[in-house]
Amino acid sequence: MRTWDRMARDASRWLEDRLGLSALGRIAKKKEVPVHRHTIWYYLGGMTLFLFAIQVATGVLLLFYYRPSATEAYESVQFLMTDVQFGWLIRSIHSWASNLMILVLFFHLFSVFLLRAYRPPRDLTWYTGMALFGITLAFGFTGYLLPWNQLAFFATRVGTQIVGVVPWIGEGLLRVARGGDDVSGATLTRFYAIHAAVLPALIVILLGLHVYLVQRHGMSVPPSVEREGGSKRSLPFVPSFLLRDLVGWLAALAIVAALAAYFPAELGEKADPFAPAPAGIKPEWYFMFMFQTLKYLPAHILWIEGEVVGVAAFGIAALLLFLAPVIGRPRRDGRPNRVITWIGVGIIVYMIVLTILGYTASPTA
Amino acid sequence: MAAENARSKSTHSASTRRRFVNWILGTSAGGLVLSVLYPTTRYLIPPEAAESTASTVTLQISPDEIGPNTGQIFRFGSRPGILIRTPDGDLRAYEAMCTHLDCIVQYRDDISRIWCACHNGHYDLNGINIQGPPPRPLQRFTVNVQEDRIVIGRES
Repeated sequence: MRTWDRMARDASRWLEDRLGLSALGRIAKKKEVPVHRHTIWYYLGGMTLFLFAIQVATGVLLLFYYRPSATEAYESVQFLMTDVQFGWLIRSIHSWASNLMILVLFFHLFSVFLLRAYRPPRDLTWYTGMALFGITLAFGFTGYLLPWNQLAFFATRVGTQIVGVVPWIGEGLLRVARGGDDVSGATLTRFYAIHAAVLPALIVILLGLHVYLVQRHGMSVPPSVEREGGSKRSLPFVPSFLLRDLVGWLAALAIVAALAAYFPAELGEKADPFAPAPAGIKPEWYFMFMFQTLKYLPAHILWIEGEVVGVAAFGIAALLLFLAPVIGRPRRDGRPNRVITWIGVGIIVYMIVLTILGYTASPTA
Repeated sequence: MAAENARSKSTHSASTRRRFVNWILGTSAGGLVLSVLYPTTRYLIPPEAAESTASTVTLQISPDEIGPNTGQIFRFGSRPGILIRTPDGDLRAYEAMCTHLDCIVQYRDDISRIWCACHNGHYDLNGINIQGPPPRPLQRFTVNVQEDRIVIGRES
């Protein structure tokens, strides 16, 4: 037993001499998480990160069987779902965890927003977070096409056509996005490259920066708590907060596993570029509010085509949210600035109402 | 005095040299970045696909097979078209891509209209956008019945 102890000590000293990991340990020991009535929101970032880790693991596993071509993609996913042992489980977890990740990300984004955690010096953290949000939606959009089924085919036709409404450069962008004039096998390989290589590379860089910034600036204490004299207590990140994080992650894993087991991911019908869009077609729930908006917009608003107005409005709303640290600066007289909060609340309410309408309004009415 | 002059001269020429070297380095670095970005950008733009030059297609269905108040999709080169027989018995054909956001339209016999399921766009039997978000009418094809074949052509 003693020899083992000595060997372990020697090994850890050998590693320490070369890596200097104790510096990390010292940083971890110093990290404290303030405890107050809004502490619960601090768990959402870590939860998103955990669900992302599930995506990486299951995504890598899916690559072992997936074949990115218009003639084989659907069949390869079908084979994975029916013949490969636990193939259905891996794909269902990938699908469910992606949905949960985006849901948790929405809560993370809007809780940070409403608690005004984007105030300097955490403005750069906010910008990287918004960029990560964009990348995550791009993950969702590109991944949706990969099984090459009918729903995905039309969602991609519509989604890429939206790029085409950008004035002047739209047509060029549309061809680059589709890899040609129409959604075809060329689009599939392009989306595959983006989904499995480009976005992962981008997200690793941005996520690294985001987590570093969170570490550097510590957790933001909401202004409302600060006005009451700040938080009275704090929790050491290691091990207390991390262990609480773990409980949440285990719960999330259990939920994802249960959802995957009871509601496995569907595959639908194979994409057919010469079949009409099926009635009741709809995108993933997180794009539903945009989809429903596009349904309600008339053909023309003044002299501009309706969808151009809609897409421009979404762009402006996203830009306003992105610029929250600038727009939400406190006023000169030191009183808090509520403009951006009201804009944000408006955006949230709009998204919720249109999403509900998307699921309840008749598709043919 | 002379020594000071010489020193300032040498500092001056050193700073000019430094500026020149920086300029050379900066320009070459810029050139290097451009020489990587240009081919990469061109690589990402897909090559032009040869557009189908055929101005007509002959469908493999006989006109008698198409009942009144029905529609079906056919291929016109690489694009989908929709052939409908109106309740009055007329044969008409349009490009099947919705002018809103590019979904493929279908014929709805319950309302005798061409309909796009994606965003609930309606076109009448003349391909005119009459309800919902589509901004323009569908592009019309010519339909010629030659014996028991249907020949679809682009409108000139």
